[in-house]
Amino acid sequence: MSVVYFEQLMGPAWPVVYTLLKIIAIVAPLMLGVAYLTLWERKLIGWMQVRIGPNRVGPLGLLQPIADGLKLLLKEITVPAGANKFLFVLAPVMAIMPALAAWAVVPFAPGLVIANIDAGLLYVMAITSITVYGIIIAGWASNSKYAFLGSMRSAAQMVSYEIAMGFALVGVLMAAGSLNLSQIVSGQAGSYGPLNWFVIPLFPFFLVYLIAGVAETNRAPFDVAEGESEIVAGFHVEYSGMAFAIFFLAEYANMWLVAIMCSIMFLGGWLSPVPASFAGAIGLPWLAAGSFIWLFAKMVFVVSVFIWFRATFPRYRYDQIMRLGWKVFIPVTIVWIVVVGLWMQTPLWVWGKLTP
Amino acid sequence: MTSELILFYTFAVILVGAAVGVVTARNPVHCALLLVLAFFTSAGLWVQLQAEFLAIVLVLVYVGAVMVLFLFVVMMLDLNLTRLRERFWSYLPIGGIVALLLVAEMGLLVWGAYARSGAMPPALAPDYSNTRALGRLIYTDYVYPFELAAVILLVAIIAAIALTLRHRKTTKYQDPAQQVKAHPKGRVRIIAMASEKRDE
Repeated sequence: MSVVYFEQLMGPAWPVVYTLLKIIAIVAPLMLGVAYLTLWERKLIGWMQVRIGPNRVGPLGLLQPIADGLKLLLKEITVPAGANKFLFVLAPVMAIMPALAAWAVVPFAPGLVIANIDAGLLYVMAITSITVYGIIIAGWASNSKYAFLGSMRSAAQMVSYEIAMGFALVGVLMAAGSLNLSQIVSGQAGSYGPLNWFVIPLFPFFLVYLIAGVAETNRAPFDVAEGESEIVAGFHVEYSGMAFAIFFLAEYANMWLVAIMCSIMFLGGWLSPVPASFAGAIGLPWLAAGSFIWLFAKMVFVVSVFIWFRATFPRYRYDQIMRLGWKVFIPVTIVWIVVVGLWMQTPLWVWGKLTP
Repeated sequence: MTSELILFYTFAVILVGAAVGVVTARNPVHCALLLVLAFFTSAGLWVQLQAEFLAIVLVLVYVGAVMVLFLFVVMMLDLNLTRLRERFWSYLPIGGIVALLLVAEMGLLVWGAYARSGAMPPALAPDYSNTRALGRLIYTDYVYPFELAAVILLVAIIAAIALTLRHRKTTKYQDPAQQVKAHPKGRVRIIAMASEKRDE
């Protein structure tokens, strides 16, 4: 029973079926990851605040996300009076669609990618820039002042931070000499382990990307779009049941996306942090092999940092967010692009020897 | 009918439908969203022409940034639709002439290009990099036009900021540098005071 057998069985329908199977193979684990990220967030914040966190549903509270999902599925979706019904229903779809579509070009291990396109980095940028529509449409179609204020704040914030994020990606593109995500990872391979990763020469870009990623996903301390103390819950205040849950799914799927992009671009992707020579010396050569497990560990680290941010920092004021985006991040990235450009002309530049 | 043709006609129908919707929809927010759909579908058509870099940039710039700001403005406007439709008939002749001229110009352009090529461009090698080819052209053969465009955009940015920037005396502003420099010694004074007995 091999792939060839199914290919003959399905005939011309096979390419469609095969693509659908590949999509399911990514979306199903992603949704599971999203569900358990909510539990991990509640647990981690609980520990940080010297609480226990959810521990009632199932062993160690492990069934909590399932129970939450079921509850939201069974709830009624109410449409507010005077709302634009079509756009009101469309908004959650517009929010989740880019959060899932961006995964098409993400490589999980060497060769394990749905679409190994040449402009992968740019594709991710373009798709994630559509995310903002879900929020804007939700705020406008709800016919509610709170929701509208939330979506306006969010739109301005996301457009501002996209610029800094884009500049950070320009730095990665310069260092790797490619827009292809797999080639960006292989550009970080080397005999020195983590020292070969782009996080070393591009450290300012790493910080900017990480913080802009928090702002892009509307998470604390940049969550003015849904600031509970000011505008109740912002853009999704009028949503209930599964429509609300889809906004939540989109936010957490975007968190995973920023985490995997951060890992791929700066933290060496699936490459092992253990140098091959060291792993050989201690008699465990398999430690140096690159695999999805390393990538997953890096992703978990990045999302945990996100959660740590949320437990640590108070919410930014709106003008402070704009100042940070426009007056700090954009100048920092532009200066560092020039520095990297000059640095690359000298023999001191030893990263990403993948010349075209 | 090949799958390519089916895809092309699907995209084309959606594109034309969305474009018609942009000018006929009553609600300006719907117009803006239909324009987003039109941009997105034309990006799909460009991918079919193997211009994936341009298609992605179209989505990134127009859908991801320009149209967001458009929507932003349109949503904030308090549009009075009846006032907008006033004097529709008196504007119709001049509007019609402009529209006809545009159609004629575009027709000439499209017809000329169509007559010359008439077919899909030949398929490119699988390892052909659109991005790299475009970058090479822009930074070698077309470097002067490219830099000229960049300078014009820079001038436009500065002009836009200069036109809208105004210093109001009443604006409250915090200097972050001063905030960072703040030290408890400059803010809090600890006074040693002998305890007093309350008068009963």
